[in-house]
Amino acid sequence: MKLEIKNLKFGYNSTPVLKSVNMVAEPMVTAIIGPNAVGKSTLLKCICGILKAEGSIVFNGKDLKEYRKDEVIKTISYLPQESSTSAVMTVLEATMLGKINSLGWRIKDEDLSASMDTLEKLGIEDLAMRPMNELSGGQKQMVSIAQSIIRKPKVLLMDEPTNSLDLQRQLELFDVIQTITEDNGMTTVVALHDLNLAARYAGNVVLMNGGKVVASGSPASVITEAMIRKVYGVNARVTLDGEGIPQVIPINSTRKCRIKKAITG
Amino acid sequence: MNVKSKEVYRKMTGRKYLFLLSILVAIFLTFILDIMTGPASLSAKEVISTIFFPAYSERSVQVIVWTFRLPVALMAVVTGITLGLAGANMQTILDNPLASPYTLGISAAAGFGAAMAIVFGVGVLPFAETLFVPVNAFVFSLLSCMAIYGIARFKRATSETIVLTGIAVLFLFDSLLALLEYTANPEQVQAIVFWLFGSLTKTTWTTLGITVGIVLLVIPLLAIDVWKLTALRLGDDKAKSLGVNVERMRLKGLILVSVLTSTAVAFVGTIGFIGLVAPHIARMLVGEDHRYFLPFSALSGAFILSTASVLSKVVVPGIIFPIGILTSLIGIPFFVWLLLYKKRGYW
Ligand SMILES: Nc1ncnc2c1ncn2[C@@H]1O[C@H](COP(=O)(O)OP(=O)(O)OP(=O)(O)O)[C@@H](O)[C@H]1O
Ligand SMILES: [Mg+2]
Repeated sequence: MKLEIKNLKFGYNSTPVLKSVNMVAEPMVTAIIGPNAVGKSTLLKCICGILKAEGSIVFNGKDLKEYRKDEVIKTISYLPQESSTSAVMTVLEATMLGKINSLGWRIKDEDLSASMDTLEKLGIEDLAMRPMNELSGGQKQMVSIAQSIIRKPKVLLMDEPTNSLDLQRQLELFDVIQTITEDNGMTTVVALHDLNLAARYAGNVVLMNGGKVVASGSPASVITEAMIRKVYGVNARVTLDGEGIPQVIPINSTRKCRIKKAITG
Repeated sequence: MNVKSKEVYRKMTGRKYLFLLSILVAIFLTFILDIMTGPASLSAKEVISTIFFPAYSERSVQVIVWTFRLPVALMAVVTGITLGLAGANMQTILDNPLASPYTLGISAAAGFGAAMAIVFGVGVLPFAETLFVPVNAFVFSLLSCMAIYGIARFKRATSETIVLTGIAVLFLFDSLLALLEYTANPEQVQAIVFWLFGSLTKTTWTTLGITVGIVLLVIPLLAIDVWKLTALRLGDDKAKSLGVNVERMRLKGLILVSVLTSTAVAFVGTIGFIGLVAPHIARMLVGEDHRYFLPFSALSGAFILSTASVLSKVVVPGIIFPIGILTSLIGIPFFVWLLLYKKRGYW
């Protein structure tokens, strides 16, 4: 189902961060790319309702404001960029929390097996009994991901899901994201820095700059050498592979390296 | 598949129930021991038979147990529960391992409120004479909670800011209390010292009844939020995205903490370290699923205070040692041990 964002405006303490954002996300993986501090995380927080923004967010033809609160929670799942937690609980318990609305004083078998299934899907079922505070950074990240996909949301928002993950895990994670998105007809929106991952796994790429969406479309149409030079200030070579997927090889920054200047005087 | 997950889960919860059962047994034992000890020692058999079949016991034993020792022993358990719950709730909502009614000055504020009522003979709210001391304690503990909450909200204060605010609150009310003592007459000073050191000896069935009533009132209010409180441990953003109204949870939690703390302070005085240590014990043994964490914190508190109550009578024979001093004396080394020997990264 379609997620439409129209004229969305938001600022922390009066300095505007999002200046009229317009974008559409279809039921597939949409990647949001853009430089640091451009407002990717802010946008995701506005969509899931943590931040209250001006403008409209329409899902499935109905404004999110018209949905009941519990419907919104059931529909949208959000993975924060920073999810460091000192919580003392096992991975299984933490995963189960993703279904908080169905949890009662007694744990239902159904919730228990949903947790285990999710851990298995992500290949971390061995961690089920381990305490969260003993996990590595990447393992913690995988648990957060399990938490956000366990309730099979219709809209999945992920902020830098590949944070702290090794190369293999990054690819495996995106395989899982792609599969569940297709299988459940989910609308998945992922904020990403890795342009190559965005190009390979996203059906639609949305580029943000200066608080606005400046381009969106297929990976090949958005991720170009000209765009990378203009938005990121980086000279890069972009080639299309056999399937027409762009591959980015960064070469150097167009800006004089400040660190080098500082060292050499 | 289903079988496996159930088995994993059962193994996990089985251990927690074992811990819960053990601490219940331990509390029962210290509770009986508490009634046995005192100027006239009673045997365990006498105690148990007098509790359950008072009609068959000697008159003097009946009086000792029912009039003097039973309310005190029960008060130790209930106040321990009160402080354990207050501390656990506070550490969760402020996301801070150093939070407790005592360390953040809420006990001090409640103590000051009580002392003010004693010295001036009036409460800030017009209440019946027997109640204005506790009501005053409540008003001041609520004020200090709100001050801490207000600063915590102001520009997304960090954990450190919250603790520092709490320490400021602690010093503020400590000096105000000293000022009161300075101006008070000797009788009033005596009464104030009672709040400062904490004592179970003034317990009556009435004060016990009120405390039990308040705990019974608070427990369901916490129970309905167990999952939300657990989710809060994942961080504000995650909790919010799971539909937890974080601000409201914090406000509600702080009000409950004030109610619990002021009740304890009003009737037994400021008793330190239970609110701090009990949640840490619970966290180490059963983790932070609040369905287990909250009851276990409460029971750890009960166990510590009940043990302290026994010790207060045996440390110096013939004298009842102030219980607040004892809990600090037991609590501090225990806490240091906890900090030094914790194997895992519990906060
Ligand atoms: N809680 C906050 N209070 C005030 N300003 C904030 C807050 N969070 C973010 N900002 C500001 O809003 C702007 C956008 O931040 P945001 O986190 O959305 O960027 P981002 O695109 O996700 O960046 P990154 O790629 O580094 O994650 C930044 O200038 C940041 O300083
Ligand atoms: Mg971000």
